[in-house]
Amino acid sequence: MSVGITIDHALKKYGDNVIIPDLSLKIREGEFFTLLGPSGCGKTTLLRMIAGFNSIEGGDFYFGEKRINDLDPAKRNIGMVFQNYAIFPHYTVRKNVEFGLKNKKLPKDEIQQRTDRFLKLMQIDTLADRMPDRLSGGQQQRVALARALCIEPDVLLMDEPLSNLDAKLRVEMRTVIKNIQHDVGISCVYVTHDQEEAMAVSDRIAVMNGGIIQHVGTPKSIYQRPANLFVATFIGRTNVMKGKLAVENGRAYLCIDDYKAELDTVADKYKQPQDVTVSVRPEELLLNRDPNGDGMHAVVKDAVFLGLNTHYFVKLDSGEDAEIIQESSIEDTLTAGARITLTVNTEKVNVFTADGSRNILTGVKNDLEV
Amino acid sequence: MEHKKKFELWTVLSIVLFVLFLLILVYPMFGILKQSVLDKDGAWTLANFIKFFSKHMYTKTIVNSFKVTIVVTLCSLIIGIPLSYFYSFYKLRGAKVIFVVSILCCMSAPFIGAYSWIMLCGRNGIVTKFFLNVFGIKLGSIYGFKGIALVQTLKFFPLVFIYMNGAFRNIDSTLLEASANMGCTGVKRFFKIVMNLSMPTALAASLMVFMQAFADFGTPMLIGEGFRTFPVEIYAQYLGENGRDYGFAAAISVIAIVVTAVVFFIQKYATSRFNFSMNALHPIEKKKAKGIGGFLMHLYAYLLIFIGFAPNLYVCYLSFRDSSGAVFKDGYSFNNYILAGKKLLGRSIKNTLTLGVGSLAIIIVVAVIVAYLVVRRPRPLNHAIDTMAMLPYIMPGAVVGIALIMAFGSKPLALTGTMTIMVINLVIRRMPYTIRSATACLMQISPSIEEAAISLGASKLKTFIKITVPMMSSGIISGAILSWVAIVTELSGSIILYNNKTITLTMSTYVAINRGNYGLACAFAAILTVVTVISLLVYIKVSKSEENVRL
Repeated sequence: MSVGITIDHALKKYGDNVIIPDLSLKIREGEFFTLLGPSGCGKTTLLRMIAGFNSIEGGDFYFGEKRINDLDPAKRNIGMVFQNYAIFPHYTVRKNVEFGLKNKKLPKDEIQQRTDRFLKLMQIDTLADRMPDRLSGGQQQRVALARALCIEPDVLLMDEPLSNLDAKLRVEMRTVIKNIQHDVGISCVYVTHDQEEAMAVSDRIAVMNGGIIQHVGTPKSIYQRPANLFVATFIGRTNVMKGKLAVENGRAYLCIDDYKAELDTVADKYKQPQDVTVSVRPEELLLNRDPNGDGMHAVVKDAVFLGLNTHYFVKLDSGEDAEIIQESSIEDTLTAGARITLTVNTEKVNVFTADGSRNILTGVKNDLEV
Repeated sequence: MEHKKKFELWTVLSIVLFVLFLLILVYPMFGILKQSVLDKDGAWTLANFIKFFSKHMYTKTIVNSFKVTIVVTLCSLIIGIPLSYFYSFYKLRGAKVIFVVSILCCMSAPFIGAYSWIMLCGRNGIVTKFFLNVFGIKLGSIYGFKGIALVQTLKFFPLVFIYMNGAFRNIDSTLLEASANMGCTGVKRFFKIVMNLSMPTALAASLMVFMQAFADFGTPMLIGEGFRTFPVEIYAQYLGENGRDYGFAAAISVIAIVVTAVVFFIQKYATSRFNFSMNALHPIEKKKAKGIGGFLMHLYAYLLIFIGFAPNLYVCYLSFRDSSGAVFKDGYSFNNYILAGKKLLGRSIKNTLTLGVGSLAIIIVVAVIVAYLVVRRPRPLNHAIDTMAMLPYIMPGAVVGIALIMAFGSKPLALTGTMTIMVINLVIRRMPYTIRSATACLMQISPSIEEAAISLGASKLKTFIKITVPMMSSGIISGAILSWVAIVTELSGSIILYNNKTITLTMSTYVAINRGNYGLACAFAAILTVVTVISLLVYIKVSKSEENVRL
């Protein structure tokens, strides 16, 4: 049975040190929800508050309708997967998986049956009688998942479960996790600092920084219309430039140095001349080999051919550095020293207030503010 | 989960341990301090200290103790480190034998070694006589400084060996390859890289040897003769050739504690200057010991452990010789054992096992609890408990004995002569080591494993018993075996506390030697040796690896 999680004005501090000042969040029933942020942003702290391993200094936590603030962690009926898997080293795989079922005092045959089912589901049924020290990292991870899921928890909590695996296994396991979560249909809160991983598995992502949620939304909306400059720079790569917004005849124009382009995505309430901060992703910069074209002028510093794409590192005449990703073309790759002209894909570019605190375009979907 | 507000089992345990430690550790120590500065009428006085420092006879015991202990520490390092180096870096034939025998060397009671060396090289020793009769050479005297140094070095070098094995195992082989790459090899590399990396462990081993050698009572008592050391002086003042003087014995004890505390802190300071941690990803692969070098390594290792263990073998041999009082006669029989059977042998064995098992059980339970409190509930009260538990580390055995007898010699807590006081003595003497190893072990265990159990619905108590304790067990067992042997062979504290009812094998041996019943003593010592050998073999069987033995 899966439930939604509601967090209302959560407060966490260690002594006088406030980690999470005031955080509210709704996690929907059955969704794969990811807390994403740089290390020290409070994401693991929040997860451990949900799990009951960290004390709660203020606010309310609900599983469905039930307030769980004072509920013992053993009674919250959560499945938890830890960064180091936390497999009991003195138990076999089967005993590890059975552990939670035995605590529920289920009848013997049901324990056996359920354990078998989840061992099979995680494809580790052939390893049932092994000791954990004879398992690979990926296998240990599967045991941890089977152990967390077989108690049929209300929510599944995962704390950077893939960070100890090598790159290839990480990609494989995230698919496994995503599929299992989908099959079981359980609400899942997932913590990671790896934005690519977050994008790959999540229904929705909450980007956190300094104990505050910056943006909650689908991977697509977070990448394409980040709520603020922090989210834009944390998710994916981006070039940040200073610019100006000009308004002529009710139309908005983006000006970077002497480059000027019309922007028809600016929200009405921001349509006034002002300084802005522009976030242009490398693929949103369009490269023109004509050095005297209309746009920003730059000189190529380095070019890296990566097969599908070619990366250019350029220096703008304004003195700023920029990175460009272009689909590789048949003609020769530009070499260092070549002069070029750059324009911006105005449909995709993001424009923020000068301090970067708000995206001034339409189409920003931030569930936090609903 | 606001466990601050909730009533917790651990809080109760904290308080219970705190009170208990106050009673059995702080109160006796405070009693000794009080006794040392009070005269017979209860007035404040420094007379005892003045008496000590004004007489050359007394101050000399400090100088003597220091002299012999420093020499023993250095010699143990000098012979122990090469042995460990050969053992860790080369494939020696019979490496397991070398390891087991060297542990056995340090497991026997030191005074049995002393006694055996007297039988070998003393005035009437067979080696002495052999050299005198065959070659006409007069060997130097084994008594006094030289004898103590010899016996203690042979007894304590295995400690260095065991410690250093651990350090050498943690050296990553790539570090050695890197240094070879930069042109640093051979002896230069040994001193610049290998020894420098192992310095914290070498210092820890030095401290261990120093503390044990400094506190050793039996060896200087038997072989020291005119060369009086500190523990002997404390004992003499307490049991009094010239009448008992508790105040003076207490004053000497206080001085002893101060001395060991100073050494302890010097060592801590020295260690803090080598503060780095290592964990070998690529453990050193042992090379084959070939050629003349390999031969010399084998010779060194086997000669060393032979000399180290020979006294025990010789005692076992003597135990089957006919004897009468202090004289061994020709002919072999079980007479010594039959005599021992009449002289409390049964009771000694029973007491030894009861005390050993009982104390060990208490030590393990307390150590696990203290480790848990310190690592998982780091509060001031629990750190206070930890600090208190470490106090006996700097208290020589004789001091512990005297402190206990002063504290519990009279009502309302009259425990003298009971098994209880023997257990208390053994527990507090050996507890610091087990607590350290349990704490170190628990720190290695990630709390997330316990959290996993709790999130799977296990109660805190169940998590502790089913998850935490089993995971700590390897660390605890490895420490426990050495605690066990130390308990079984303990002399310096028990000698003050024992009586006829609480006598142990070790005490029986000592008493027999003291009364000149040499054959009888050998029988007791042989049985004691057999008990330690059996416990070590059982341990190796259970733990499946001799490498795990830790201190």
